[in-house]
Amino acid sequence: MIEIKDLYKSYQMGKNVLPVLKGINFSVQKGEMVSIMGSSGSGKSTLLNIIGILDELDQGTYHLDGLEVKNLNEKIAAQYRNKFLGFIFQSFNLINYKTAIDNVSLPLYYQGVSRKEREERSLYYLEKVGLAKWAHHLPNELSGGQKQRVAIARALASDPKVLLADEPTGALDTKTSYEVMEILQKINNEGKTIIIVTHEPDIAQMTKRNVELRDGIMISDKRIEPVLAKDYV
Amino acid sequence: MSSMMNRDLWKEILASLKSNVLRTMVTAFGVFWGIFIMVLLLAASRGFETGIKHKFSGIATNSLFVWAQKTSMEYQGMPKNRWYRFNLKDEQAIKENVKGLKVVSPRNDFNTNIVHGLKSGSFNVEGNTAQFLTQIAIKLTQGRYVNQEDIDQKRKVAVLGWALIDELYEKDEPVIGSYIQIKGVNFKVVGVYKDTSIEGNNNVQAQQKIHIPFNTFSQVFNMADQVNYFFITAEDGQSVSKLKEQIIDVLQKNHKINPLDKRAIGNFDLNSQFEKFNLLFTTLTAVSFFVGLMILLSGVIGISNIMLIVIKERTKEIGIRRALGATPYVIKKQILLESVFLTVLSGMGGISFATLLLSLVNIWIDGLDPFEIMVINPTVSISTVLLLFGILIIFGLFAGMIPARKAVKMKPIDAIRTE
Repeated sequence: MIEIKDLYKSYQMGKNVLPVLKGINFSVQKGEMVSIMGSSGSGKSTLLNIIGILDELDQGTYHLDGLEVKNLNEKIAAQYRNKFLGFIFQSFNLINYKTAIDNVSLPLYYQGVSRKEREERSLYYLEKVGLAKWAHHLPNELSGGQKQRVAIARALASDPKVLLADEPTGALDTKTSYEVMEILQKINNEGKTIIIVTHEPDIAQMTKRNVELRDGIMISDKRIEPVLAKDYV
Repeated sequence: MSSMMNRDLWKEILASLKSNVLRTMVTAFGVFWGIFIMVLLLAASRGFETGIKHKFSGIATNSLFVWAQKTSMEYQGMPKNRWYRFNLKDEQAIKENVKGLKVVSPRNDFNTNIVHGLKSGSFNVEGNTAQFLTQIAIKLTQGRYVNQEDIDQKRKVAVLGWALIDELYEKDEPVIGSYIQIKGVNFKVVGVYKDTSIEGNNNVQAQQKIHIPFNTFSQVFNMADQVNYFFITAEDGQSVSKLKEQIIDVLQKNHKINPLDKRAIGNFDLNSQFEKFNLLFTTLTAVSFFVGLMILLSGVIGISNIMLIVIKERTKEIGIRRALGATPYVIKKQILLESVFLTVLSGMGGISFATLLLSLVNIWIDGLDPFEIMVINPTVSISTVLLLFGILIIFGLFAGMIPARKAVKMKPIDAIRTE
């Protein structure tokens, strides 16, 4: 599904060049649930952004579902993100003047899906995260956990190939974090590929594969038996 | 363009405008005010034009006065500094040789003492033909004007200017049917006129003339076939200014005037004067338009400014939208439409408010005597409103262009990270 070879990425900081990723080789198969660990500055978020086509790589190759992602113009990049990728952010990033269902509909709106179908599909995904009753509430009427569940529904709405989650539990308490992880595990069990960036070991334990970055280099990559989040809920 | 009708798009636009109602309204006020001033200026210049032209209404503006002066050059044995007179043969010659003329009226006049009962005064007497009525703005307040029978039968009838009544008559004394003496000859008064082209009550002297039949004038005052003036009006499709040379040519031949002698024939071209008026009003409208446009421009810059602030505030939101698959085109389109929508909406508000104000002014003006005021019916036409609508759309696009470009300039990931 994801195939990255010899990836280099550096940022220009004034006169200095700051290398962030120094030769990453990384591939993810369909249906995997991978966690990327590392301390801050290790390059884990940068890697996720490159996978999410929100940032560009300097060197190396990146294939997403067999398509090479290289020098895309913003229009194509936006279309790829819309079709192939679903994003979950630490701070939820819901649009605060739109109701839950309108937030979930947004990726479908940009696909040009008709209003009626958009509403049906959005409601389906809200139901999946257990928030069908809250469909017409604004984000500020929801708790943090509920907001993140809306964000998950939104990421799922366009039925993407890969879900990318950047510290999805970073703003949530432990109990709520596990609820969110339970949903992500459920979605993964239905076959969706998920990549989670986190610095919390207990969250990483709930994925099927653990990758660790340090100073822009991958220092470990091991498959584990996931801890089931629902046991803690 | 089907996306213009998209309900969701409009919902998005309204949602973002509603997110800060006060600021939206303050911003909108700039354009509202600009278009408001512009409509008022355009309406005022149009009202002024209508008002001034109303004063000319009834006057055949496509007209030329010609009169005889002293020659200034020798020609065919005739000396210079020679006095000569037009005559009725000239009328025939002009009518036969110059095509495209509607009316050629001869006129004689002099100042003389007029007596009525015990009152008297020196006033101007004009001998006019019946067609003269079609050439100038004369409104009869009593009785009738000189007619063809008066002319044919050389009747001794007179039509008085309304301002003469006070000079020659006692209060409440009947005017029609009374007699006045011109150079000792009795004339029966058959009508009273008012010259409506003359501003209000001011130019009283011009309202103190006596009109009598042309033929009567010639006979009673021994003018033979002599003519002081010709008042010539061209047909509607023709310009009297263009026919002027032909007319002068005929008169020069009739009176053996050197064709190079510019001073022998005096003339006054009403048409070219009127065209100068038209130029004045065109200029006035253009200036109103320009001033309005400049005020509007500052309003539009306000909208552009606020849109820049709005997209800065919404940087993160725009980043999120782009992560979810919004293409730069979609983002730009939304910002442009927001800007156009805001501009057009506030502009239409300005037009409506100005129109309301104008209709109130119109109600007030309608109650006044149209001959006493300078401004009549200050309004803007539908085509002007449509033009303003088009200008608003273009200005709205213009206002949204820089913000729209700025909105998609940042990388999505940087946009999402902004707080």
